[in-house]
Amino acid sequence: MANSFEQRTNIKRSAASIVKHLILLMGIVVVAFPFLWILSTSLKEASEVFTSSPQLIPSRLHFSNYSEVFFYIPFCRMYLNSIIVAVIVTISQMFTSALAAYTFARLRFPGRDAMFYGYLALMMLPVQVKLIPSFLLLKWLGMIDTYWALTLPWLAGPFSVFFLRQSFLDIPQSLIDAARIDGAKHFRIIFRIVVPLTKNMFLTLGIFTFMWSWNMFLWPLVMTQAAEMQTLPVGLARFKSQMGAEWQIMMAATVMVVAPVITIFFLAQKRFIQGIVLTGLKS
Amino acid sequence: MNALKKIKKRFWTEDSRAAYISLLPSVIVFLVFIAFPFFYSLFLSFHKWAILTPDKPFVGLANYRDLFLSRDFWNAVINTIKYSAGVIPGTTLVSLGLALLLHRGIRARNLFRTIYFLPVVTSMVVVSILWAWIFDSNYGFFNYFLSFIGIEGPAWLYDPRWAMVAIIITSIWKHAGYFMVIFLAGLHGIPEVFYECAEIDGATPFKKLMFITLPLLGRVTALVMVMLTIESFKVFSIIYVMTGGGPLKSTETIVNYLYRQGFESFQMGYSSAIAWVLFVFILIITLLQIRFIGGRRKAIGQQL
Repeated sequence: MANSFEQRTNIKRSAASIVKHLILLMGIVVVAFPFLWILSTSLKEASEVFTSSPQLIPSRLHFSNYSEVFFYIPFCRMYLNSIIVAVIVTISQMFTSALAAYTFARLRFPGRDAMFYGYLALMMLPVQVKLIPSFLLLKWLGMIDTYWALTLPWLAGPFSVFFLRQSFLDIPQSLIDAARIDGAKHFRIIFRIVVPLTKNMFLTLGIFTFMWSWNMFLWPLVMTQAAEMQTLPVGLARFKSQMGAEWQIMMAATVMVVAPVITIFFLAQKRFIQGIVLTGLKS
Repeated sequence: MNALKKIKKRFWTEDSRAAYISLLPSVIVFLVFIAFPFFYSLFLSFHKWAILTPDKPFVGLANYRDLFLSRDFWNAVINTIKYSAGVIPGTTLVSLGLALLLHRGIRARNLFRTIYFLPVVTSMVVVSILWAWIFDSNYGFFNYFLSFIGIEGPAWLYDPRWAMVAIIITSIWKHAGYFMVIFLAGLHGIPEVFYECAEIDGATPFKKLMFITLPLLGRVTALVMVMLTIESFKVFSIIYVMTGGGPLKSTETIVNYLYRQGFESFQMGYSSAIAWVLFVFILIITLLQIRFIGGRRKAIGQQL
């Protein structure tokens, strides 16, 4: 009696588990299929793209879509722009945030807490509000269509400061005191003791900042007019509005934009997810 | 003299000197690129300025009056609400569902989580272009797929009635993985003991879901919905790339309207007024969040 009851619940459980797995697998198809579809379209000839019964596997691989991208837009230059902007912004934000976070976590000075909460309040100022005045300011400074316009406003940001301060607070004060007694200055302590101890945090925030900068759209859209100064997302969007119907070429460009991001993501996916949990946790 | 020394003693210690130097780069960036634009846009919103003409006369609240009398502005507000009405519940349900399914007893859980996360790391522009292609009215995959189940799909992005639906589907696809991770963190924070006690009392899985999991996820759910509300009201890229606000302005949202007024019609004062209306709205939502839900850390639990 007891045995058959157990058996029944077991069957029920494994049935539920199968249903669960099936739904999740369907979810995988919904997520992964569009990515396969980009790849498939990018390798097709026009005649196979514009048909009422499209196939996932192209009958013949057609790589010339990829070379055509370079004909329509200065793709290499845009790639370079995206890399330059993301690298400058990421390195600078990590540096300025380390300094600011240490200051808020470990130094005593008048007005410290008020300043810190000011930082946090600024976190919520949406970029849309400052878009027009920033554009006017950068235009007045003659910086539109330069790397200055794309990087200067983002060289420091409150986002990383908050999380770095939290992890700096976890470092035992005795460690810092010991270094102070040995005569180390604050800057030495930051870069020789505090930063190495919180390396993982820096990696996570660094990847996150890089991804954010790489995907930034509204800002570079407003601050650049020349194709030579545009970053990849802006270049792609302009390409779409000009060449709306050439889907196979656009998909080739898209593959080249997405491939490195997905590769980095698979290599460092734990850090990405950690980053998301962090941003979800910011209070 | 004595007072001066006192001030010096207080504000010029070794710590405070280091602090001033460390904060200098951040403070400069904030003054120039956050504080100044913030107040300057308020200043601009009281002036009429079409960038091409040099003079910008003070017009008081005229920009705000024009705004509230403008049919296009209300159209943008309604479209933003439509977008939010689809995206907020849609994304919450899908991401909560995925998190509940993934939470326990799943083989290769990390693999699932990784793949669901892919759209999150993909740039919004790429996602928008990709889905614009899938929703293409003639050769898109979506209508091809629908034709198998005997449905003749609409023209999606070219149909004012369906364009927003296509955008909402795309947005849910892009963001569900992000909020799934937040829900998973919340689920992780529910003590196992509750389920064990319920099991002893003979609770069915459904009852456990209804009386333990969902109530205890209340704060996280509220948090997710607040985040989605703020993000929805700032929506821009997906619409700019997929439809450009069309057809017939049927998908033009507040920020798209702001962009059109600011950078296509060059009405700097008027679009600053739009920006400030948006800002006040987001401020209210954020204050309500702090008042009723508390910090995000509190919402998800301390253990992370």
